[in-house]
Amino acid sequence: MPVEPPVVSPRTLPEAYALLAAEAYRPVAGGTDLLVQITGEMGEPPERVLDIWRLDELRGIRVESDALVIGALTTYGEIRRSPLVGEFLPAFAEAAATIGAVQIQNRGTIGGNAVNASPAGDMLPLLLACDARLVAGSAGGERVIGAADFWPAYRRTALAPNELLLRISIPLVPARTVRYRKIGTRRAQAISKVVMALAWESGDDSRAAWNNVHLALGSVAAVPIRAPRTEAVLENAPPTEATADRAASSLADEISPIDDVRSSADYRRAVAARVLHRLVRDEGHW
Amino acid sequence: MTYRFVVNGDPVEVEVPGMRRLLDVLREDLSLTGTKEGCGEGECGACSVLLDGMVVDSCLVPVCQVEGSSVETVEGLADGAALNDLQTAFLETGGAQCGICTPGMLLAGEAFLASGASATDAAIREAIAGNLCRCTGYTKIVEAIALAAQRRSALQVE
Repeated sequence: MPVEPPVVSPRTLPEAYALLAAEAYRPVAGGTDLLVQITGEMGEPPERVLDIWRLDELRGIRVESDALVIGALTTYGEIRRSPLVGEFLPAFAEAAATIGAVQIQNRGTIGGNAVNASPAGDMLPLLLACDARLVAGSAGGERVIGAADFWPAYRRTALAPNELLLRISIPLVPARTVRYRKIGTRRAQAISKVVMALAWESGDDSRAAWNNVHLALGSVAAVPIRAPRTEAVLENAPPTEATADRAASSLADEISPIDDVRSSADYRRAVAARVLHRLVRDEGHW
Repeated sequence: MTYRFVVNGDPVEVEVPGMRRLLDVLREDLSLTGTKEGCGEGECGACSVLLDGMVVDSCLVPVCQVEGSSVETVEGLADGAALNDLQTAFLETGGAQCGICTPGMLLAGEAFLASGASATDAAIREAIAGNLCRCTGYTKIVEAIALAAQRRSALQVE
């Protein structure tokens, strides 16, 4: 049987903060990552666990002054079914639908995805591409961390040991389009080989040039990354075949994925370039 | 710690560590061995149960999070010796072979039927995408769920 580390289940946020101020805990939300870690097959299990599942103030999805705010404990299933997500950021619902299968979607949370900090975290490129703001809380108050600063190194986050991730705020930018693609071995239950999120602003004309292009990828580096050189290629360019060719070739040069159990560096580089090419083609309707 | 919840309609109370997996509480502490352990890491769905009506992998749920909730396992489907309509459909179509995925398939099937979604082949396949059948008998399992869906909607019409 797996190890069963001691666990505390606070009922309120102040109670959770007080526990975190006194000792180091590993938080558990939906448990889809942590309950695998307590088997001990993936490194050391945590010494002490803080069960935050009852902190209902960390649940729910709302629109708040030009941003969609998603509570850290919101599950993939809730994101998938949310009418607000469907209206304002459908790419988030598409991404949630690619994660695990229904059993995982009923338990896994967007906050857990961010804090687990896997380079393959399926929602993370979307957070980067949309300039999401991650709100952390502790007994000392709240602070906002930009997605670009949230994953400083492999499997690390910018959270201090006494902080919890409370919610994620995604700015709603008029005229912004967001697209999401995940490549895995199969459609369900697959850890990604490449994840891509692309956001840009443009007018109604599908041939118009793109502005403020944000391209983010997962599973191609030690952390989820933006691809600034390829963004520059796409910036102020219309979605034509020539643009797609240039962007795809730029992306293949820009990223440095590795060989591992799930895929090879060559495949990841080739498929990332191909997926980007196809995204541009779909938008340009050529 | 003491945790109280409901299993197949009956209140239960267990004195166990809070990080014990719901799977182990069901099998070891409550002797409900119908729920199977396959991979133990949320890949195979053999340990699927309904938690407050939603299908989950019981290997990924710590019992501290089950306090006050309602759990349904495969033992709760039949009424005594009388199998329910989904179990009967599995038998009729040949949806059970070696049997290890069957309890999880049944619970994933129950969650799908309860969702009221239209029982298309694609929708059923998505609903059991988190359940692996090592005998690869998926076609018969999909047929069983479709058959039960058809019978339940016929009952509703009457």
